[in-house]
Amino acid sequence: MTAAQLSLPRPRASAFKVWFRNLMVWRKLIAPSLFFTFGEPFVYLLGLGFGLGRFVGEVNGMPYLTFLASGLVASTAMNTASFEGMYSVFTRMVHQQTYDALLATPLQVDDIVAGEMLWCGTKAVLAATPILIVSVLLGAVDDWTAVLAIPLFYLIGLCFAGPAVVVAAFAPSYDFFNYYVALLVTPMFIFSGVFYPIETLPEFAQTIVQILPLSHAIALVRPLVAGEFPPVVGIHLAVLVAYAVVGYLAATVFIRRRLIT
Amino acid sequence: MPSKAQVVEAHGLTKRFGDRTAVDGIDLSIAQGGCFGLLGPNGAGKTTTLRMIMGQSPITAGTLRVLGLDMPDAVREVRRRTGVVPQMDNADPDFTVAENLKMYARYFDLSPRSIGARIDELLEFVELTDRADSPLRELSGGMKRRLSIARSLINDPELIVLDEPTTGLDPQVRRMIWNRLRQLKTSGKTLLLTTHYMDEAERLCDQLVVIDHGRIIGHGQPKEMIETQVEPHVLEIQGERTAIDRLLESCPDIRLETVGELHYCYTHNLAPVLSCLESAGQLTYMHRPANLEDVFLRMTGHELRD
Repeated sequence: MTAAQLSLPRPRASAFKVWFRNLMVWRKLIAPSLFFTFGEPFVYLLGLGFGLGRFVGEVNGMPYLTFLASGLVASTAMNTASFEGMYSVFTRMVHQQTYDALLATPLQVDDIVAGEMLWCGTKAVLAATPILIVSVLLGAVDDWTAVLAIPLFYLIGLCFAGPAVVVAAFAPSYDFFNYYVALLVTPMFIFSGVFYPIETLPEFAQTIVQILPLSHAIALVRPLVAGEFPPVVGIHLAVLVAYAVVGYLAATVFIRRRLIT
Repeated sequence: MPSKAQVVEAHGLTKRFGDRTAVDGIDLSIAQGGCFGLLGPNGAGKTTTLRMIMGQSPITAGTLRVLGLDMPDAVREVRRRTGVVPQMDNADPDFTVAENLKMYARYFDLSPRSIGARIDELLEFVELTDRADSPLRELSGGMKRRLSIARSLINDPELIVLDEPTTGLDPQVRRMIWNRLRQLKTSGKTLLLTTHYMDEAERLCDQLVVIDHGRIIGHGQPKEMIETQVEPHVLEIQGERTAIDRLLESCPDIRLETVGELHYCYTHNLAPVLSCLESAGQLTYMHRPANLEDVFLRMTGHELRD
């Protein structure tokens, strides 16, 4: 690692050009993109929400459908940002050589990383909000407080974007992402309280789950979807922000190392 | 500052990757206008040199000024005034031809409204007007390369950097691209091009350097280099080794280079060699004037590079 690689990021307004490029591509591919991000959580919501919901009844004082929907919107934000940060960034960096094209213009590597982070946040919102809307239509959402979850989707996106981009920076090929998905993304999805309260886990497992960000995201989103304000905000918000900031710094350092040779 | 602006001025420019020295202290002085060629076998350090000039690769040692500005500090200004045609076409596959140009204009802070007429002009220049709304996947390799050239001109650059601009293209497209590059030269732009096609360098370059193992091993104008570095006549000979040996004995005034099955016979004096060849028999041959490829092979040797 050189001093230049480790120096603080110097993002500029040009980062929005990278963001805008991604938005325009997304607009072109909106149908397959929505299908991909929307399909799976929708199936969970219907299948588990109604199927399992009949047996479970209420969880934490709310109908199971509400409990599940509030977890799924948060995990959809996580999944979307993670996949965008890994697969899409890798595609643009390696297969399409898009970054090479950008680096022949006044844009610089720091603008690219910042633009990709901003875009991952945006994409998390674009994926999680439709699930939230469907949840409203299914009667799983109780109050307008749920609207406040939307800016949270953005923060959740940022929080998972950094680590995903770091993984992309190290990836020799697409197969490499399986490790990150199998070791972190999927376990978080299963254990962080999307499907059942984390209090049902053994103590040591709860500790691990609370080090990872998804449980904190759900701790904020779930009450809002259920129609109340989260009883505790500070610590959860702090964890998400910390992951976003540290992830962004690390993403900048490692993408620089990969691109500036 | 010299009176005539130098577009690129490098002294002792060096790039090391760990233990490997890719560019080993080269000096470059590229004058404004015309086409400057960077020639060399694969892995000679051509692309690395271009990347340093574009501020994409940190300089290990030496000094580099581009468009009169110190690199790498002036990287953004240099890129603002430079166009790049990359070795591998990297236009956005999800956009159409025109959308690619519009989006690229944005990266240079050119507003999409003000750029409309320029995009039409550029599409006409590279003969892609009727393809403006085609998605990239419908474009042939030649069309994609032409789009890359149009894209490199979007910011009306003073310097255009082309990394192997016609590699992998068919003869028609190559000729069309050469014509366009000549037009750009005429309009006063400076072209900096890498190639390992010697015919391309001979046709386009006013000045060139030959790089090998990261060092400059020759420089000059193509015509002058051909005249001074190699004999004017070349005979490409095929045949039995014994017959070749007889030829060498009977004809002392020749220089012979062998690449695989093919023998290159260089001479100042054609007539005696031809009569030697006739008497030696069993040899098929073809006579041609010396070209830049002969200069290049003489300088860089005949062994294969990967």
